[in-house]
Amino acid sequence: MALPAASQTASPSTTTTQPSHILPAPFTNSQLELLTQGAEALVYRTHFLTPNTPVVLKYRPPKPYRHPILDKRLTKLRILAEARVLVRVRKEGVPVPAVLGGDWDNGWLMMEFVEGKTVRRVLDEWVERGAFKEERSASIPEEGEGDNDAGKQNQGGGGGDGEILDLMRRIGRAVAKLHDLAVCHGDLTTSNLMLRAPPPPKEEASPEGSSQKPLAGRQTVSTMREAAMSGEEPPVAAPSKVEPARDSSLAGDIVLIDFGLAAQATKQSQDEDRAVDLYVLERAFAATHPSAEYLFQEVLKAYGESFSDAKRVLKRLADVRLRGRKRSMIG
Amino acid sequence: MIALGLEGSANKIGIGLISHPSPTSPPIVLSNLRHTYISPPGTGFLPKDTAIHHRAWVVRLVKQAVRQAGVRIADIDVICYTRGPGMGPPLQSVALAARTLALLWGKPLVGVNHCVGHIEMGRAITHASNPVVLYVSGGNTQVIAYSANRYRIFGETLDIAIGNCIDRFARTLMIPNDPFPGYNVEQFAKRGSGYLVDLPYTVKGMDCSFSGPLAAADILAREVVEGRLRKEGEGEEGELVTREDMCFSLQETIFAMLIEITERAMAHVGSTQVLVVGGVGSNERLQQMMGLMARDRGGTVFATDERFCIDNGIMIAHAGLLEYGTGVTTKIEDSDVTQRFRTDEVYVGWRDD
Repeated sequence: MALPAASQTASPSTTTTQPSHILPAPFTNSQLELLTQGAEALVYRTHFLTPNTPVVLKYRPPKPYRHPILDKRLTKLRILAEARVLVRVRKEGVPVPAVLGGDWDNGWLMMEFVEGKTVRRVLDEWVERGAFKEERSASIPEEGEGDNDAGKQNQGGGGGDGEILDLMRRIGRAVAKLHDLAVCHGDLTTSNLMLRAPPPPKEEASPEGSSQKPLAGRQTVSTMREAAMSGEEPPVAAPSKVEPARDSSLAGDIVLIDFGLAAQATKQSQDEDRAVDLYVLERAFAATHPSAEYLFQEVLKAYGESFSDAKRVLKRLADVRLRGRKRSMIG
Repeated sequence: MIALGLEGSANKIGIGLISHPSPTSPPIVLSNLRHTYISPPGTGFLPKDTAIHHRAWVVRLVKQAVRQAGVRIADIDVICYTRGPGMGPPLQSVALAARTLALLWGKPLVGVNHCVGHIEMGRAITHASNPVVLYVSGGNTQVIAYSANRYRIFGETLDIAIGNCIDRFARTLMIPNDPFPGYNVEQFAKRGSGYLVDLPYTVKGMDCSFSGPLAAADILAREVVEGRLRKEGEGEEGELVTREDMCFSLQETIFAMLIEITERAMAHVGSTQVLVVGGVGSNERLQQMMGLMARDRGGTVFATDERFCIDNGIMIAHAGLLEYGTGVTTKIEDSDVTQRFRTDEVYVGWRDD
């Protein structure tokens, strides 16, 4: 059975019809493609120096409700904080987008564009392909009909169990690497994890013809990314059917994005903050599909083996699970 | 159906009667009375003294409310009281009165969550169907959204409530508690020069913290009282920062924090409606800031006036009657109170969206 994944997920809203803001120079709205609009920032795709160097532009517009001095202070603080944490963790080898430029007075930060899909999208597609293991039965990656008995494991091909578990281990290791630096992401959802598409193999030309391919590929990825980030259903032309095998492949590096809420944890709070990061990620997995839960176990396993404090964090995670993210408190 | 509601979780005792003529028509407020325990400037209300106040007023107010509503005792279907959250002794006093009335008149009893009372009253008054709710008062600060029969908390304070922050700041500046400290701080802020004193801004994801801004504002306020704090960049002979400037700066800073987490919740759940409830919700500057935020998002702000914003008996009667309508009552032996009663613990059986 192929469950519609979107019905399981909480859908963060974004209407693309909303009026976009006037951007500070040197940016003009003409070369911008709105990727997502959060409460704090607008995220655009544009290019830098050359037309084929895509970049992400994160713009924090002034908030009219805030006192202008306070607004300036916060914007500067946040842009600098995000840039600093990105630069620092990247230097230490955590896979995050490179910072290319920024202007805190005008409220923008420019980063490397990560070509690929969000893990949320990857998981949704994987579920749609019917590749999830339900009640110990693995289904065939067709439409998912007749997946009742059959205790067999589908190892080969895109969407096999082995491949997805390997992806989970890469996620666990990437998060562990960040946490090992005592940096906590603050909003670690599957939408903020990207699977970077591996560079296309030069020899294998796709059957559609090489002249058409880059454009088609680019459109697919960007529209899907936009859809994924705004929590919408993918565009009508379901790409999983006619897509070249590469696009359903689970190969590639995990890249952590959106460090708007990231913070250096203090000694006292670091286990709690790390555990909350994992808890938020666990909730995001659970929201994708009930059967995605066993996948998350693999994330935790890899996380647990990756750095010295991890065991303590996992123990703390059990506490966080019991009480939810929120402590019980007066009021 | 008619309900009598008794509220006494903090320094106000509120008694009200409400009628729900039918499930489809809007509720009718029959009476809504309140008396507030006001402590002298520089002090807060202590639980023990507040409980004494409530005990002294409850009989008078119930009599008056029933008379004003023009109903007979026999017409009342259910007695509703605040079960929590709140201060223990005042809650106990009012719950005792509710139990007594229930036994005396032979009526069923319903224990109501104070926060849910605020939300339901706000929805009923404003007709906001499914808003993100900002609940801000002296004891509570929560951003709430409804999902699957629960009012879920998206963000909240990590330490003290915003109203508590304002009240305690008012004490430092010896601002009177009558009619309530937040109102007086608001009036001071309106008279400020617009100069913004730098205070900590503490938003952590969906949550915020008010103890840091309060501690910083308190330290600066003492310097203001002693006439030692001058405006930044104006040197030794610079203009003095006034109490008005301090009130303005505190409001600007902590209200911006509230709006930010509310906006985040709206973006997350995809709602364009926002409902402000609780005593701090009557602040005009907060309502204005919320309006500016909502306008940018193409949304609408719903707010109520002080009759329904500030703690009252009507909201308890209203929420209790909704729950009573689903067949839920509280047995006398279970009719306790609790200081810790989270909004999301209540099963909202009366909504089916």
